[in-house]
Amino acid sequence: MSEPAAPATATASAARSWLRPLLPPAIAVVFSLVAGAGFIFAVGQNPLTVYGAMVAGVFGSAYGWGQVLFKATPLVFTGLAVALGFRAGLFNIGAEGQAYLASFVMGAAGAALAPTLPGPLVLVAAALAGIAAGAAYAAVPGLLKARFGSHEVINTIMLNFIAFALVNYLGHGTFVHETVHTAELPRTALLPRLDLVWPALRGSPVNASLGLAGLACVGVGLLLWRTPFGYELRAVGLSPGAAEYGGARVPAVWVKTMALSGALAALVGVNFVLGYKGYFESGFTAGVGFLGIAVALLGRTHPVGIVLAALFFGALSQGGLVINSLVPKELVDILQAIVILMAIVSHEVVERRLRRRA
Amino acid sequence: MIGDAFGAAAVLAFVAQTVRISVPYAFGAMGCAFSERGGVINIAAEGIFLHAALAYTLTAYFTGNAWLGVAAAAAAGLATGALHALVTVTFRADQITSGLGINLLAVGLTRFVLKAVFHSSSNSERVAGLPTWNVPGLSALPGVGPLLGTPLVLVALGLVFFSWWLLFRTPFGLRLRSVGEHPEAAATLGLSVNRLRYAGVLLSGVLAGLGGAWLASDQRSFTDGMSAGRGYIALAAMIVGKWNPVGAALACLLFGAAEALQIRLQGAGIPNEFLQMLPYLVTMLVLAGAIGRARPPASVGRPYDPESHG
Repeated sequence: MSEPAAPATATASAARSWLRPLLPPAIAVVFSLVAGAGFIFAVGQNPLTVYGAMVAGVFGSAYGWGQVLFKATPLVFTGLAVALGFRAGLFNIGAEGQAYLASFVMGAAGAALAPTLPGPLVLVAAALAGIAAGAAYAAVPGLLKARFGSHEVINTIMLNFIAFALVNYLGHGTFVHETVHTAELPRTALLPRLDLVWPALRGSPVNASLGLAGLACVGVGLLLWRTPFGYELRAVGLSPGAAEYGGARVPAVWVKTMALSGALAALVGVNFVLGYKGYFESGFTAGVGFLGIAVALLGRTHPVGIVLAALFFGALSQGGLVINSLVPKELVDILQAIVILMAIVSHEVVERRLRRRA
Repeated sequence: MIGDAFGAAAVLAFVAQTVRISVPYAFGAMGCAFSERGGVINIAAEGIFLHAALAYTLTAYFTGNAWLGVAAAAAAGLATGALHALVTVTFRADQITSGLGINLLAVGLTRFVLKAVFHSSSNSERVAGLPTWNVPGLSALPGVGPLLGTPLVLVALGLVFFSWWLLFRTPFGLRLRSVGEHPEAAATLGLSVNRLRYAGVLLSGVLAGLGGAWLASDQRSFTDGMSAGRGYIALAAMIVGKWNPVGAALACLLFGAAEALQIRLQGAGIPNEFLQMLPYLVTMLVLAGAIGRARPPASVGRPYDPESHG
């Protein structure tokens, strides 16, 4: 490399290293919108009209923004849950079941405590009980991997279905008669909604869990990059063998990471049970754990990326409701799936290009 | 046993129900076995079931011919398998994520088409199902008789043994298994790793596609989310059956029996939920080595990159 050219090359490569992580998600989003245009054409609509209606409907009002934030909140939690696992080399497909079971525990514990305790105490106790349940349930596949070497992917898939059946069973004794939900908690046991401070949001259930989501992002960031455990976790993720040689206790890291991942997934219940409905309702998670995988991937397992990805998916799902009169709202599910597939493909392609150039 | 004709009839009816429940599991599990033996994890059976069931329904609806529906279902399975292979073999992207993405795609896509074609968010119109053949002598048997004349039951049974033979008794099977165990060694011997992996994934798509055809033909319609987790049960059965089509089929029968039992015990005061959990619990026990060691193909889940050891 000749001397005068060095600064320019350095800037260019600095810019490239900045852009590099952003490129695959950007490709994925653009590709999915283009592919989505094909589906819109197929049902006889104009893609520009539909996408325009989507943007106007979602971002044209404070209510729309509130809905985006409300829908993004649980995705931040499950996105962080999955991302933390990824950083340790673990694939937690079980955030769905962990969130489901934990939310049930929050609803049931809250309902049991509400008659005897003051509201705020019920809120804290129910939240902690649910978080503990989520952590314990997620620790199971961690333990099975540590003890027997069985793959956490299959075990977390199986545990999702077990969680659904388990909650059904426990629900027999807990659900309010002839319903599929737990008893409603008093208003004082719920997190405040944001329309209290910003009345324009009225109608949207976005609540103080949004702040919790922000805290969770900061917490995960600090844990990963500012603590010895985070260092150990990332080392195990990069190479379990080398980490073990370097003194990391790999099985313990797996178990702890899975438990933390489950605790993060459990926070979904804080938003839904303790921030919105006031009770647990059968079937509510509806894919929030699986979408967490998409959020973690699109956000490149970084807290900042996860926030952006969660907002994108939140906006998409709100957008689906807006355009339902023009095209079936399932267009949005198709877009989400294409984003997932394209995110992993473009990641491989970009990495390979750069490796070849290097 | 003492001349208990009613008891015998009940047992035969139970057996018949078990087999009927197991059919889609068996198709899916055989499919997963081919894909994974070649080194590609396939958790997309759930999505393939949905795509194929919809393809069957649409074709039977527009042509009135159930057999064309089966062909369309197999083709939809093939196409979905091709997508999985493109993402995981050609682009070497993560196999589990690809499977999940395909499953999410199938949920959205089938609902989208259901609304666009049948203007309903829950179900299609009624379509033709496959006929039940009359087999002289056999069809008159109580309980299991009609089963022996049901085309896809017979196809499933035949394919279980054919798949075993193909995997373990033919050069193709040996080659496929070799790219699942040690792709670098297979490549050194001049085998095309990618082509063989494509073959495994495509076969798995076609087989799971037949499972989707069964679901739609049996029900004579498409309903939203009709795969109902069956693809994951098929995956579980393949693991319990230790990546072997015959073992997987036996696991399918076990899971099918547990489900048939649930239906029998409804209202008998025994919580159904524990029987529902059975397939998943058994799979976890098998993975943990509690019921004989289950060893997946050595290179399953690992993309093959010819440049990585050049």
